[in-house]
Amino acid sequence: MYELVEKKSIGSGVTQYEIRAQRIARSRKCGQFVIVRALEHSERIPLTIADVDIERGTITLIVQAVGKSTLEMTRLEKGQGFADVAGPLGQPSHIEKYGTVVVIGGGLGTAVVYPQAVALRNAGNKIISIIGARTKELLILEELAASVSDRLILTTDDGSAGMKGLVTDALKMLLEEDETNVDAVYCAGPVIMMKHVSEVTKPLNIRTIVSLNPVMVDGTGMCGGCRVTVGGKRKFACVDGPEFDGHEVDFDELMDRLTTYRDHEQKTLKRYKDHECKLRQQ
Amino acid sequence: MSREEDSVERSEKPSAKERMAIPRVEMPQREGRERNKDFEEVNLGLGEQAAIREAQRCLQCKTARCVEGCPVGIDIPGFIKLIAEGDFLGAAAILRKDNNLPAVTGRVCPQETQCEVKCVRCKTDAPVAIGWLARFVSDYEVEHRSGRPKASAAKTGKKVACIGSGPAGITCAGELAKMGVDVTLFEAFHKPGGVLVYGIPEFRMPNRVVADEIENLESLGVKIETNVIVGRTLTLEQLTGEEGFDAVYIAVGAGLPSFMNVPGENFKGVYSANEYLTRSNLMEAYDARADTPIIRGKRVCVIGGGNTAMDAVRTSKRLGAEESMIVYRRAREQMPARAEEVAHAEEEDIKFEFLTAPVEVLGDEKGWVKGLRCIRMRLGELDESGRRRPVPIEGSEFEIECDLVVVAIGTRANPLLTKATAGLKLNKWGYIEVDDNMMTSIAGVFAGGDIVRGSATVILAMGDGKCAAASIDRYLVGRQNG
Repeated sequence: MYELVEKKSIGSGVTQYEIRAQRIARSRKCGQFVIVRALEHSERIPLTIADVDIERGTITLIVQAVGKSTLEMTRLEKGQGFADVAGPLGQPSHIEKYGTVVVIGGGLGTAVVYPQAVALRNAGNKIISIIGARTKELLILEELAASVSDRLILTTDDGSAGMKGLVTDALKMLLEEDETNVDAVYCAGPVIMMKHVSEVTKPLNIRTIVSLNPVMVDGTGMCGGCRVTVGGKRKFACVDGPEFDGHEVDFDELMDRLTTYRDHEQKTLKRYKDHECKLRQQ
Repeated sequence: MSREEDSVERSEKPSAKERMAIPRVEMPQREGRERNKDFEEVNLGLGEQAAIREAQRCLQCKTARCVEGCPVGIDIPGFIKLIAEGDFLGAAAILRKDNNLPAVTGRVCPQETQCEVKCVRCKTDAPVAIGWLARFVSDYEVEHRSGRPKASAAKTGKKVACIGSGPAGITCAGELAKMGVDVTLFEAFHKPGGVLVYGIPEFRMPNRVVADEIENLESLGVKIETNVIVGRTLTLEQLTGEEGFDAVYIAVGAGLPSFMNVPGENFKGVYSANEYLTRSNLMEAYDARADTPIIRGKRVCVIGGGNTAMDAVRTSKRLGAEESMIVYRRAREQMPARAEEVAHAEEEDIKFEFLTAPVEVLGDEKGWVKGLRCIRMRLGELDESGRRRPVPIEGSEFEIECDLVVVAIGTRANPLLTKATAGLKLNKWGYIEVDDNMMTSIAGVFAGGDIVRGSATVILAMGDGKCAAASIDRYLVGRQNG
């Protein structure tokens, strides 16, 4: 069991968990993830390690409750534990000194790019962060992002916070500014967002690194469920990634593959909610 | 004691002539069309009377050639003799001396090419059913034992890490623990057992059998740590450094699944056999109430001709497929799968398309698999494997309608640990090179099983684990004295 040391809500349906996992905390490098099972019967789900505290021997995970597994996770309380946490998995982020780096996080993707922003800044880069979400309540980690950014732009689809529009609108705005010279873009969030960001930067030949989130089982290269097409070649996101050159990724294929279990997920979620309802009525 | 057992004990030792007159026992098994709807075991196991009678067929050869055929060198005539005498727990103890997983090997060993093929009775009628007898005594032991095995040797004070809890790792860990070594077994998954739990399906290898053997291992004093991915969670250097292990055994098993490299392989509804079986077995998606999803095809094509392909295709039938078929590019005679598995598949209404190779996976407008475009093959010249090479017949392309494709054409070495370990010598395929003592290029680091051999069998992996344990023991003693 992996003890849940701290738990707090950081946005609408978004929870931050601090879990004791000493070895993982020590080995983890920026960009890596863990595979988690909240309970004994749960699915194995991949989650990016948002932060670690080596002294406390803990790792931080940020999870949006969207399905049964993630909802069950939110029912766990401080002092209880996660059944299984395995990692750190995946290749560490590629960090180098580019000059100016735009770091783009959409929705939960902010939890993925924030540690990258920290590492990139430590490597001597100027950081411009663009944090976007559908609406104000779903914006997460703005303050942390602000603390590592030379400039922070918030966007919401509905204009409830920051500029109204998509992260790509903010990116285009930046690229049109004469004084801003963008040397690289790091981006994580919904696949459609990463696709559009990559489409914006490709003609300008700005190096763009995206962090992919395909379906995974083991996370160690064994199942091949997370295969993605990058530069026309098959790559396993769990061991070759999760970060890839955004200009080479077949996003449409990834988006399609991510719908594989949609029916099952909806059914499982409904069954879970009905069950909870009944329990409450009793 | 029941009257029946009483009479067995008093039965006279049969003469050689009487022994020769006993025909080989038949394994009671569930009827194909009944069993292909659930995940209960196919073979039911022998009863006590049947086992005794079968054991009496053994001629107790002075030079037991069957033992030569066994990769772990079990005293086969020894345990069979005790079965014939009705001392089943005694027989189990003999088995266990050389084999840490008797209930496992009794189920999945290819006895027909190992011990049984060497049986002297092959010349006259049929070999003694060594595998079924091994399974019988180990199942009997589970029901009737008074306790679990304990390590009796004095503690050596040495610590060894076994990486990977499949058959090689379990065997090595068990052997070392019996020698008094302090062993920790690391597993990357959340449950120990390796291929025995993620790969081999419930109807061939029930998870309870593996769980029981794991408990035996713990009873021997082996510590088991799940969720540890050596190369990521801990490095090999950390194991031998700060974690204080005196030697390490790497048995991380088969690795990355191979795909066919034909168009359409990323449509939804194409699985590697690893993924399909892991979802069904380890994640228990065969149970419709499980959280982990699995695609239940109506018409399923499994590509490949090995035991894994048979496991996958038989699983698909049990998950409700109306039609499940094997698509294999060579002919029936060249299938690497065990004859028993192929026969079982046929009894379960599995179809076979031999001399057929997929050239494209076809998908519908929503990205789901809808079929397989294949080409017929003929057998040409011998290839490097000594089998006749399949050659495509021009213009023979045709389509098979299906909604699920499982690719079971083998695996490649998983580089996760090997790449993270400096100085570990690999061969050109990425498998670990070992010397005659199964030691790698790093002193004190040993390896075995599929990460050394490529894809092999449970029993060969166990043989490796056993050899490695002996080598590790010699290494530790040598270092102490040196």
